[in-house]
Amino acid sequence: MPKTIYLDNAATTMMSREVLDAMMPYLTEKYGNPSSIHSFGAESNAACEDARKKIAKFINAKDNEIYFTSGGSESDNWAIKSVAYMKKDKGKHIITSGIEHHAVMETCEFLARDGFEITSVGVDENGIIKLDELRKAIRPDTILITVMYANNEIGTIQPIREIGEIARSSGIIFHTDAVQAFGHIPIDVEKDNIDLLSASAHKVHGPKGVGLLYIRNTIKLTPLIHGGPHERKRRAGTLNVPGIVGFGKATELARESMKDASKITEKRNYLIDRILKEIPYSRLNGDRDRRLPGNANISFMYIEGESMLMLVDMKGIAASTGSACASGSLDPSHVLLAIGLPHETAHGSLRMTLSEHTTKEELDYTVETLKGVVDRLRSMSPLYEDAMKENKEV
Amino acid sequence: MQYSEKVMDHFTNPRNVGELEDPSGTGTVGNAKCGDIMRVYLDIDENGIIQDAKFKTFGCGAAVATSSMATEMIKGKHISDALKLTNRSVMEALDGLPPIKVHCSVLAEEAVRAALWDYAEKKGIKIDGLEKPADDIHDGHHHDLQESD
Repeated sequence: MPKTIYLDNAATTMMSREVLDAMMPYLTEKYGNPSSIHSFGAESNAACEDARKKIAKFINAKDNEIYFTSGGSESDNWAIKSVAYMKKDKGKHIITSGIEHHAVMETCEFLARDGFEITSVGVDENGIIKLDELRKAIRPDTILITVMYANNEIGTIQPIREIGEIARSSGIIFHTDAVQAFGHIPIDVEKDNIDLLSASAHKVHGPKGVGLLYIRNTIKLTPLIHGGPHERKRRAGTLNVPGIVGFGKATELARESMKDASKITEKRNYLIDRILKEIPYSRLNGDRDRRLPGNANISFMYIEGESMLMLVDMKGIAASTGSACASGSLDPSHVLLAIGLPHETAHGSLRMTLSEHTTKEELDYTVETLKGVVDRLRSMSPLYEDAMKENKEV
Repeated sequence: MQYSEKVMDHFTNPRNVGELEDPSGTGTVGNAKCGDIMRVYLDIDENGIIQDAKFKTFGCGAAVATSSMATEMIKGKHISDALKLTNRSVMEALDGLPPIKVHCSVLAEEAVRAALWDYAEKKGIKIDGLEKPADDIHDGHHHDLQESD
């Protein structure tokens, strides 16, 4: 199988042809600024509002609760910084989890340097937030709870509804980074008690550079980006019309493809089961069931992730790792450490994220390739050598 | 981050991978916490010439490549020449490493020195210019040391 196999859909997805087709007129002849009064503007404005409607309906929000941004990171920054700024007279305490995306984690750390207090609630060995710890963390000066909907590395889906209830009953604003969940699992901002939600188009076969922040109507969030009166005076900047149209189309397609999510789950389980059965000293990271359909994250003991990534890449397979060496730091993924993995096991993790385009044949090839790569790296690993010697002695 | 062709060559076709039976000296450095461990085996003859060198490494592409290159560079050399191996010379031989990977080359230098120390201890000799290796090179300042070079 000489072609390339893309198993990094949590990083980004292939944009659908239908999405490109929907965008194309707005990249060419329909170039009006939606803020303009003339017919060019009206045409673009109508296209953006149509996308807004589709997306709002998809998460059970109202049209005027959807604000387009440049992507997930901007949405996270906006939600967290603006709540902090708005509520600082009430309190300066924010609750988050230990497994957030860097866009949330670093924003919280930025605020911590500015006098805010951050409590990071722990997760269990599968990456599920400890609700009792969350309840105990709430103080009279808590102004925000920000916990991700589903984790980007290990795919664990959080008990969002319960977290929302806890926040609601305490009168605290609840933000969730749903970048990995949106378009993959059902989201209902009403039932889930969500006040603010971040999502991104390129994780659901849409274009890069466009995302959204859902803002519950009862919250008058101050802008992060000041300027013109765009997006009901909340987010300045000429609208990314082609991007927004693409996001709308991608959402429409995701609504359909989510009906077949069980097919992706089946394939993912097939991949996980084969690896765990056929490659010794491997373990699944994250919750077996409360897991995003396409996510498989497996640690292979005694070997290091970047080496693995490079060798499978040479065989045409694109994946990802939580190893330090791949991240540019010396510490492995904070998520893998938060679920209690020892450093060496975290270094040996491989994340494979499937899409609806992933075939069983590709997964078979992946498993066979992994067997060879893991064997090869273990044959040159001093940790494996030591472990095997110890086994013999026992 | 981009590896040089030489790094890729030594990563995909590493030289001297394996163990030596009854080695004259072995050295293991690094720790799993930081994601790289290197073990070097040396076979040294009565004239102090390194007849063979083998390695095993747990680590990234750069760690494997520097292990491979370092063992190549000391094979056939006298121990006094092997002592002159520096992380810089290994890096240069590999046409450079990305800045965040420089610490991997320190590992290779330290592993060779640790194996030589083991040899000297076994033989009951003292090698000029060789000091007892630190238990854990990552406890030191090596990570920051070479990056500004």
